[in-house]
Amino acid sequence: MDDLILRLENIYKSYPNSPAPVLNGISLSVAQGQFVTLLGSSGCGKTTTLRIISGLDAPDRGRVILAGQDMSHVPPNARDVNTVFQSYALFPHMTVEQNVGYSLRLRRLPKAEIRQRVREALAMVQLEGFEKRRPSQLSGGQSQRVALARSIISHPRLLLLDEPLSALDYQLRQQMQQELKRLQKQLGISFIYITHDREEALNMSDVIAVMRDGAFEQVGTPEEVFDSPRTSYVAKFVGGANILHCHVERVEGQIAWFQNAQGSGAFSTRGHSFSPGQNATLAIRPDQAQAEKDFDKSAPGLVGTVKEKSFAGGVLRVAAELSGGQTFVCSRQGIDWDLAPGDQIKISWAPEQACPVDWEALDEKEN
Amino acid sequence: MKKKTKELSWLTLLPIYLFTLAFILGPLLYMAALSFMTREEVWGVAAEFTLKNYQDIFQPVYLNTFGESLKLAFLSTGLVVVLGYPFGYFMAKLTAKWKRRTMLLLMIPFWTSSLLRLYGWVIIFRAGGVFDQLLTALHIIDEPLKLLYTYPAVVVGMVYALLPFMIFSVYSSAEKLDFRLVEAARDLGAGPVQAFLTVSLKLTLPGLLSGVVLTFVPSMGLFFIADILGGNKVVLVGSLIQEQLMKVHNWPFAAALSIALLVLTSVILFLYRKISGVKDLEGLG
Repeated sequence: MDDLILRLENIYKSYPNSPAPVLNGISLSVAQGQFVTLLGSSGCGKTTTLRIISGLDAPDRGRVILAGQDMSHVPPNARDVNTVFQSYALFPHMTVEQNVGYSLRLRRLPKAEIRQRVREALAMVQLEGFEKRRPSQLSGGQSQRVALARSIISHPRLLLLDEPLSALDYQLRQQMQQELKRLQKQLGISFIYITHDREEALNMSDVIAVMRDGAFEQVGTPEEVFDSPRTSYVAKFVGGANILHCHVERVEGQIAWFQNAQGSGAFSTRGHSFSPGQNATLAIRPDQAQAEKDFDKSAPGLVGTVKEKSFAGGVLRVAAELSGGQTFVCSRQGIDWDLAPGDQIKISWAPEQACPVDWEALDEKEN
Repeated sequence: MKKKTKELSWLTLLPIYLFTLAFILGPLLYMAALSFMTREEVWGVAAEFTLKNYQDIFQPVYLNTFGESLKLAFLSTGLVVVLGYPFGYFMAKLTAKWKRRTMLLLMIPFWTSSLLRLYGWVIIFRAGGVFDQLLTALHIIDEPLKLLYTYPAVVVGMVYALLPFMIFSVYSSAEKLDFRLVEAARDLGAGPVQAFLTVSLKLTLPGLLSGVVLTFVPSMGLFFIADILGGNKVVLVGSLIQEQLMKVHNWPFAAALSIALLVLTSVILFLYRKISGVKDLEGLG
């Protein structure tokens, strides 16, 4: 337990003017050198979580434990945690050098040492020679790097990053993702990274915590969160999955079969117990489903009508309407797919690719 | 097309130049010329060049008046800074609703003549006035303080008259302060005081400095406050000029005094700019 950099214990937080609590009992552990991402849509409490870790806000209940010490009500300046703010918050009245060296000047380090370390920090973010510039003379990407250099120069144990790349254009964002990851490895400090971009989260993190309405919906590795979502929310948010409600007909070992008005299919129970007659919710990602035009009516699958076909980012997507009106999305790599709107198709998948979700709620109901 | 607009753009500025010429530069030059002329007996001015008016200023009694004026101006400005800066700074942090209300409270006095408001202070300060009655009722004093026609009364009057300018100046600067910068400073290890000194104060300094100018310059010339609240005990350069102009009818000497005051104020502002390192006192420094 001692190598934990941060432990959040059951944090609650409300603001005077909002009826619902912003944070609803969240707990999280971050180990030395881990890259943890808080992933969620805006308003889910990500930034508040960060502010409570940094000390800019205090929790109503719960504890913030930094390196084994309860720091819940210690002011931000006494915490070994720095933040890269979404707005960068560079001091406009200081040069780049003064901005980056700010925390060292507060500690009254010798001038020569500060200058040396500023140079090193700027080199780390590839901004050598920018010392004398003013924040107003920097581009968005450069400001971002200065903010980063400013917060790593004092070697904090934990760096908090609040959507640092959201203001950058797509290409720069891709590049900065790699750089951040490299920097984190190089420094060996833990990162807590906030984003609403699932690609960013999947690309960079060791651990992803999917947040929703002030609580963690699922905390796991990118593979777990992507491939074995626990809830339909996570499945939709992280994998863009189709959600299918069904009724279990029979169970054969680890495979459960269902049949409903839209068709039939199978899914792997993944260790959960399902019995005939039980309701189940399945998450099937677009890339996990196959769609065929010439299909065998007796084979398992869902029958639908193609409504839309779109092409984006090297992926072809087909949206089909199932009987009953639900939309089901299938995708495949490449540009070649002989489907057109109006076509009747059969959608099928390998049983192990359909993931049962929301089973926690089901288990609770049954017990 | 573009060139033509540029060539004609001076036309739109012409009224401003004419206005400045007619109402600011003209009188100033007239006054400067007057200050080198000779006074006629009893009334009027003779166009005879002389430096006597300026030599007269160096008589101890007049030098003393300049000294008193400077002292009062520095004291008033200092007090206005101490009172006005926190007021303007915290006002900028209020919610929009309370900002509007505070602003209104600050504006209301301006709807009344400043001279009338000054007589209000006479009622408060005079022997047996509001202030004395209050302190007697509270058993803090037994005998009236007789504050009217004292130096403190003049200082209070000066601070009262000039405080709003400092508050507005600091407020307009503090309102633009991004509080997230203060949070960033705290996050980087600054305590509340350090964060204030290195970020908040530095970024509101232009407002404070222009507030100082807005306070200091008028405080050198606000003679009626000293006249009404100080009686003849506190004589300032402003009162002296007014006296020379209206009572003694020595226009050239009044003009010389005015020019001297102008030069003195300019020199102080110049030094102030040098020391504070702020190039633009209007707030963009």
